[in-house]
Amino acid sequence: MEAASIKAGTPKGRRSRGTSERRLAAYMVSPSLLLIALVAAYPIGYAVWLSLHEYSVRVAGLSRWAGLDNYSTALSDPEFWDAVQNTFIFTAGSVTFEVIIGMGMALAMHSAFRGQGLLRTVVLVPWAVLTVVTAMMWRTIFDPTLGLVNSILGTDIVWLGESPHAMIVMIIADVWKTAPFMALLLLAGLQVIPGEIYEAAKVDGATMWQRFSRITLPLLMPALLVALIFRTLDALRIFDLPFVLTKGTHGTNTLSLEAYQTFTANNIIGLGAALAVLTFIIVMAVSFLYIRFVGGNIRGLAEE
Amino acid sequence: MATPAVGATEPVTTTAAPKTAKTKKPPGQKPPWWLWFAIAAIVVFCLAPFYWLINVSLKTGPDLSGSAIVPPNPTLDNYQSVFQNDDFIRALLNSAIVSLTTTFLALLVGSFCAYALARLKFPMKFALLALVLSITTFPPIAIATPVFKLWSDIGLFNTLPGLIIPYLTFALPLAIYILVSFFKEIPKDLEEAALVDGATRFQAFYKIVIPLAAPGLATAGILTFISAWNEFLFAVTLTSTPDARTVPAAIAFFTGSTEFEEPLGTISAASIIISIPLILLVLLFQKRIVAGLTAGAVKG
Repeated sequence: MEAASIKAGTPKGRRSRGTSERRLAAYMVSPSLLLIALVAAYPIGYAVWLSLHEYSVRVAGLSRWAGLDNYSTALSDPEFWDAVQNTFIFTAGSVTFEVIIGMGMALAMHSAFRGQGLLRTVVLVPWAVLTVVTAMMWRTIFDPTLGLVNSILGTDIVWLGESPHAMIVMIIADVWKTAPFMALLLLAGLQVIPGEIYEAAKVDGATMWQRFSRITLPLLMPALLVALIFRTLDALRIFDLPFVLTKGTHGTNTLSLEAYQTFTANNIIGLGAALAVLTFIIVMAVSFLYIRFVGGNIRGLAEE
Repeated sequence: MATPAVGATEPVTTTAAPKTAKTKKPPGQKPPWWLWFAIAAIVVFCLAPFYWLINVSLKTGPDLSGSAIVPPNPTLDNYQSVFQNDDFIRALLNSAIVSLTTTFLALLVGSFCAYALARLKFPMKFALLALVLSITTFPPIAIATPVFKLWSDIGLFNTLPGLIIPYLTFALPLAIYILVSFFKEIPKDLEEAALVDGATRFQAFYKIVIPLAAPGLATAGILTFISAWNEFLFAVTLTSTPDARTVPAAIAFFTGSTEFEEPLGTISAASIIISIPLILLVLLFQKRIVAGLTAGAVKG
């Protein structure tokens, strides 16, 4: 393996490599493509098909074409719009607080001179705790009798049994679990900003706030946007937190939970599929908007 | 500078305050007071709620209905009853099988695809990457609903393969995404040299790139495993009995000796037990996990 021979990519060698490279790429990519078609594309197509049919609850397997009936049922059901509203309230609330708290954590961790590794480990604990466990944990903390919150506040609120409260608990639980994830993404972004820029700004007499808003924030924007996309799309799909905390009662029913209950618990297959497809459309629409917004980032990963 | 090895020997509950006053402080610069306050706040924010769960798990009987911050009569009874619960043991086993198989399959299939995306020139590359990324944004309910019907029809409902297959919808894109950024970091020279020496492109891949990418494979494996271990929606939608339930689903349906009373002490103990493997992974592989989580996010 002489280093000198590396340069030996003669035009002739390259050309023949081009076609064989394509063939190899096709071989290497096709198992993944096949799997994706099988486990993702096919089910989505089948969901659309199911949503256009009406299934008998009594006779298994009996179905008839229903056109868009299931969709008009779903769209005229106030429960669907409640679920839409709850999902968006949850998403807006949790993502906002995650950005603010995550940013604060990242800035503090970035300026810590020592113990960064240990801090990162501590911060990874909420991220590593299962969502179901997170939900159980916050249920015990907000429990009316044995919970910490009522005993600190001296109240006896049934947190998960009242309307705005249950949503607040759900948002707190989500912020606890994912603000640290946000912090790690932002910290990685902070670490690639060269320190000299700050020194120069300091010399020029920039205040701390000016340094943050004029240097840190703009340079952090790519990392922040990526973190925002991840978190928003995750929050729109939220299922485990309301399932364990409230079973979707008291203003916490989300789109995924609504579809689940219609489909499995109540066994209304066509309508459940329609709700699942609507959830899919909403999430994809939001992610499409985002990807248009920061599409350059993905393109960068593909090319380079 | 705490290396992962140092982190591994330290229990999480110790504070983030540095042990000794050596190293790294730029001369003439003192950390401001608010920084210590902020760091203390981060540690409390991250660890205090988890401490509360530990606290509840050590209480039984009348202590459970009080809100004492330290258990008055700490006992391991709850842990004992978790391990006497056959359904929970079964769930642990199911979770291990499902998560490990999913991780293995995702790495096996995904590493080929990731290599092609990172290194080979072929048409429609951007479209393929966009497809892979868009799968990660699919709401799982849109997969679970049709798969529930499909599995009921062909007999895969409430089985472990019936879980592993849909788990690949999130595991495979995740593995590909992380591996692409790791494969890109491997210097091209070694591969080129092997090609000149007469190796085929595929030989260069599995004899040179794969061994060099071992840390990347480990990272992708850890993150895929954690996301499979954490998965909840498929686990409750596609199973109906403890035979195929994974741990998250089992926790959600946990009932004690009596059907109607929800045993918070036992549930807390079970929650602690299933968090232990994950916290161990974090302690051992903190650097890797952070590298994997932030892969692609910064370089853009």
